[in-house]
Amino acid sequence: MLGLYLALLPGRDIPPTLDPVFPSSPRHDALSAITRGPLKLLASGWPWRSLSYLALSAVSGAAVLTIPLLLIFKLDVPDVVVVALAAVLMVIFMRLIGLPFELWRLRLVDAELATRIQIRRRLAPRQLSYVVASMLALWWIDLGVLVFSLGVPLFMLSAPLQPTAPTWLAIWLCPFGALLLLVSAYPMTAWVGARAAMARAILFPQDRVLGEVVRSRARLVDAFEAERRRIERDLHDGAQQRLVTLTMKLGLARLDLPPGSALATDLRDAHDLATGALAELRELIRGIHPKVLTDRGLAAAVQDVAGHSEVPVKVDLRLGGRLSATIETAVYYAVSEALTNVVKHSGATQCSVRGEVRGGSLVVEVSDDGVGGADISRGSGLQGLADRLAVVDGTLVVSSPVGGPTTLRVGIPCQTDDSG
Amino acid sequence: MPDRRLRIAVADDAVLLREGLVGVLERFGHTVVASVGDPDSLLAAVHADELDIVLTDVRMPPTFTDEGMRAALALRRTWPGLPVLVLSQYVEQSSAADLLDTGGGVGIGYLLKDRVGDVAQFVDAVVRVADGGTAIDPEVVRTLVSQTNQPIHRLTGREREVLALMAEGRSNAAIGTTLVVTDAAVAKHIASILTKLDLPPATEGHRRVLAVLAYLRDSEPA
Repeated sequence: MLGLYLALLPGRDIPPTLDPVFPSSPRHDALSAITRGPLKLLASGWPWRSLSYLALSAVSGAAVLTIPLLLIFKLDVPDVVVVALAAVLMVIFMRLIGLPFELWRLRLVDAELATRIQIRRRLAPRQLSYVVASMLALWWIDLGVLVFSLGVPLFMLSAPLQPTAPTWLAIWLCPFGALLLLVSAYPMTAWVGARAAMARAILFPQDRVLGEVVRSRARLVDAFEAERRRIERDLHDGAQQRLVTLTMKLGLARLDLPPGSALATDLRDAHDLATGALAELRELIRGIHPKVLTDRGLAAAVQDVAGHSEVPVKVDLRLGGRLSATIETAVYYAVSEALTNVVKHSGATQCSVRGEVRGGSLVVEVSDDGVGGADISRGSGLQGLADRLAVVDGTLVVSSPVGGPTTLRVGIPCQTDDSG
Repeated sequence: MPDRRLRIAVADDAVLLREGLVGVLERFGHTVVASVGDPDSLLAAVHADELDIVLTDVRMPPTFTDEGMRAALALRRTWPGLPVLVLSQYVEQSSAADLLDTGGGVGIGYLLKDRVGDVAQFVDAVVRVADGGTAIDPEVVRTLVSQTNQPIHRLTGREREVLALMAEGRSNAAIGTTLVVTDAAVAKHIASILTKLDLPPATEGHRRVLAVLAYLRDSEPA
């Protein structure tokens, strides 16, 4: 029977719903503004911002162009020197004045992008290349859009003042020009919106945005893990030590009492209760953070969890050293969850955990001979597991046709640390 | 009072617990020669004194991970005959295996810290290890038994109980007391187990325990 792949959740293809980069603020940009009616559009301020943006573009572009022109007319040196000098001066100009100006100008049309630029103070080469493109090539187009959007309607509007135009034509052109002026807000705003999208694409490519989301999620998971470790340590240093000491004292006290006496019976009960509490606390601590994972690594921890399973588990992990703590933890919880599912739902009599590091990635497979039919959408367990794996760039594939067998495969890019 | 008065070194960074341990051991007539809170002091104490057994916690300074276990393994490598009993907040197979792989597995103990609550049995384990025996925590034995392959399923329920107690390192008499059966019955069960698992029947005492442990460790689920 063919394996039914229920879940294929590669870490790189995270569903867009999981990535609210700026979840709380609705998007305010030029492109969404042009979906509104003309009056609302004008009232939104976007056409005015666009106008300023395009006008400033012409100013900065012209300023850059002035440099070589000035050199050519003012200096009496060979052409090669002029070209080289112009290039150097233009780069310096763009780096020192152009870049801040261009980024400041971007705020007019993309407030969100502006905040992110503020956050990222460090300048990447791609930012400079964006400025070069903007000031050498794009400003011509900006100027063109400005001239055509405003020039044509203004020309029509000014028809009555033009001596060569017949009166009847002026009467027709004037209101038509006014209407066109109103409409010209759209192409202007649309072009500026496209410019902003271009800037966004060059300055902050999508994969970087996703990368940042994944990294921030990884930090969150790490923080949770650190907190669990702290709680585990606190319980161990505090309650656990005291309870052990308590059972020891009670055990000693029992030695001194004649067996069968009422006090001895009470003491025995108290001793049993304290011992029970200690066992429960130990299980609780193991659930919060498995110390064996930190001390002995993934293979030992999986062996340990397999040893506690009611279904016999064959473990064969060839890792060739310790992995990063984040990866070890992710895989440990994945295997634990998988083994819990095997015991709870599969009805299997045998189970195996196999894994190895091969070609720079860790692949771990949990298989059982149970009834199959595991559904990732039914329980939150598998979904949570996939989410956890996503932060280490991992993948989870579940093959579980009805009738079995079930195989769960985890893949994570990784490197082993042989020194640890 | 026991006929053997052991000279013991105890290492645990939790003062309250360490003092409790010392109290229990002295209550049973043993002498705690050194009571220390970190692995370095433990190594120094072993260098300085003739000891019958070393008791050590696993989690100790400076990093509070498995310093005690490392110290125990280092001690065993330097003095293979020195009995060492490791107490830990958790027990698992690979640590037990590492310990049993030192000094031929003679004089090794690996117990959950919880076990010290049952003082008589705990002190019994200390004496047993000091005499070259083994004391492996029931938790470890349980996981070993649960992961062992087919032949173990030929054992009866009672035989499996006896096997587990043997693997922990208990003597025939102790097994009899625990299961409330006669020594003769225990001997009969043991003979039956050894036959079913194809283990040499002649092996006695500690060697038999080690044979059982080796059998469990080498086996895997089919």
